[in-house]
Amino acid sequence: MSTQAWTFIFVGTTFALYLTIAWLTRVKDTQGFFVAGRGVPAPANGMAIASDWMSAASFISMAGIISVMGYAGSVYLMGWTGGYVLLALLIAPYLRKFGHYTVPDFVGDRFDSNVARLVAVVCALFISFTYVAGQMRGVGVVFSRFLEVDITVGVMIGMAIVFVYATLGGMRGITWTQVAQYWVLITAFLIPAIAISIKLTGIPLPQVGLGSTLIGDGGQAVYFLDKLNQIQVDLGFSRYTDTFVGTWDKANVFFVTLALMIGTAGLPHVIVRFYTVPSVKAARWSAFWALLFIAMLYLTAPATAAFARYYMIESLNGQAEETLPEWFENWERTGLVQWFDDGDGRVLYSAGDDNEIFRSGSLGGPELAAIRQDHQRWLDTGGVTGADARPVLRGKGLSGPDRDIIVLATPEMAELATWIIALVAAGGLAAALSTASGLLLVISSSVAHDVYFRIINPQADEKQRLLVGRSVIGLAVVVAGLFGVYPPGFVSQVVAFAFGLAAASFFPTIVLGIFSKRVGTLPATAGMVAGIGFTAFYIIASVYGGMAPWTFGLFERGISPQGIGAFGALLNFVVTFVLTPFSKPPSEAARDMVDQVREPEMVETGERVPGL
Amino acid sequence: MTAGPDLHDPAIHAALERYWRANLRIMVSLLLIWAGVSFGCGILFADWLNQFRLPFTGFPLGFWFAQQGAIVVFVLCILVYCLAMNRLDRRHHEELERLARRR
Repeated sequence: MSTQAWTFIFVGTTFALYLTIAWLTRVKDTQGFFVAGRGVPAPANGMAIASDWMSAASFISMAGIISVMGYAGSVYLMGWTGGYVLLALLIAPYLRKFGHYTVPDFVGDRFDSNVARLVAVVCALFISFTYVAGQMRGVGVVFSRFLEVDITVGVMIGMAIVFVYATLGGMRGITWTQVAQYWVLITAFLIPAIAISIKLTGIPLPQVGLGSTLIGDGGQAVYFLDKLNQIQVDLGFSRYTDTFVGTWDKANVFFVTLALMIGTAGLPHVIVRFYTVPSVKAARWSAFWALLFIAMLYLTAPATAAFARYYMIESLNGQAEETLPEWFENWERTGLVQWFDDGDGRVLYSAGDDNEIFRSGSLGGPELAAIRQDHQRWLDTGGVTGADARPVLRGKGLSGPDRDIIVLATPEMAELATWIIALVAAGGLAAALSTASGLLLVISSSVAHDVYFRIINPQADEKQRLLVGRSVIGLAVVVAGLFGVYPPGFVSQVVAFAFGLAAASFFPTIVLGIFSKRVGTLPATAGMVAGIGFTAFYIIASVYGGMAPWTFGLFERGISPQGIGAFGALLNFVVTFVLTPFSKPPSEAARDMVDQVREPEMVETGERVPGL
Repeated sequence: MTAGPDLHDPAIHAALERYWRANLRIMVSLLLIWAGVSFGCGILFADWLNQFRLPFTGFPLGFWFAQQGAIVVFVLCILVYCLAMNRLDRRHHEELERLARRR
């Protein structure tokens, strides 16, 4: 059977599964809609968090990024897992004890201020929309690459599916769908990694294989990583395992990792998950399960990255037109990888000016065709007319293959069965859809609960609130879909923004709200505004305004916008601490609330927020 | 707010204070380990550690910490936290029950 037939089968089956779950988990009240009735067992919640967390970017792009960055790719590996330790120890159990519906809810109640609540709502909405746009695009890309349907049609299908299960089942539907999606995506990620590890090192555990010797390399046992380092050096790249190369100096690796960790712990769509479990204890355990399930992918990704790097270089370099591997021809059509020969008829992928492997990036079809035509003329006439495409593409920063190809084409590189390739397509879709639905719920609850119910119409009854919740989620799906069809150019850059804002706003404010009884309304709000303001200014000025990154007089290189959230969070803490002695202590009620949140004992049945 | 013990009772409040201090001790120790493996071994000392290898493997040590070791320790940190807090919660619960019986 062909890859495409298998893909239709896998994608069709998984989508049918998601819709079945949606029907079985449909809800009738706001508890069910916003916090899944608080009845999700810890391991299931852990799986839901894991698939909520691991987006199209984690699944499709991360291994590819690491593959290019080598050691420095660790910023994503450590940053996106280390945040869970902060979540588990500093946030999850206490927010569960607080027991409302959203993150702005906690900020607004603890600091007794609707201004703080609104600032938090704006942050939550901004972070969620930024993120969800990328997910919908990811759905479209997977559809177009594996099923050869138009990106727009792909996005529409994705929207329709999410629309059904998110409006029908709310958080409950989303949670159980995500549990299913976790298994689809992790299977799709692990099988190719295991297969390729066996092929290269004979060891089925990719994490062990990465540190082992290669098989069949002239009888002499050579460690895989040593061999990869050697190949990299021979081609002019830096050694794969070497630390602090190029722009990734120690300070930048440190602060980007820190910013991603703090940002992770402050992302609203992850935090709200801890409201869905029955108890404080279950909140802690679900953080453990979540990180365990996430680690399955994050410990495998470095192995996939390094193996794929090796495979790609080895299977391309020195090949002629006729001997090029099949995967290359398949993916050449998508533009993710391009070969422009220098005239010797042999492929060379290197770090130097003689590199012949490129990607088409954002170049349009006609533009690329023109470059290719010029290049062919240049080859045919021996350089008299036409133009060498290589300096042109190098000038546009398009050297080397697209990073997405690492995960998408690895099964083909390793010549795995066609059904495994199809499984990767279903996995990519599961990763994108699960993250999108979690974010849509945050958008819905921020508007329907925090703005509509808590501020605009506190008298609203269950029915009205549920209707508003469903309408907002429906509307948000459409907006997200539009972002997917017409991606704003800034999407890839604003991911740094989402993490920066989460780090600078939610994390410090929530942690201080729990761990200090002295911090009151004014210092907390001022800290939050200062943190957000500084982070937003730095990112906008350096990404769009051409501002040189700051060294703070301490570091040799400026801090990249990705790492600035760490400084934003620090500023938030500092401003809050400095203002606290001069401001009114929090009210008696707020101090009691802190005690309540710290006390682990709770009555587990029939609990309702007063006034609901 | 969820119902629970009456925290305005001085004896119960004192019990909560003791619970909280024990919690902070557990938390701070685990956070030191968390920072030690990631920011310490994985970043600040990674270049120095890279001259060694993880025994019996081809991993340079700093590289291994950054891409494998730190993540494994993160998972263990949360596991230890859950187990330690379960124990602490149980002792706290017994203390509250003793207080309730004395009345």
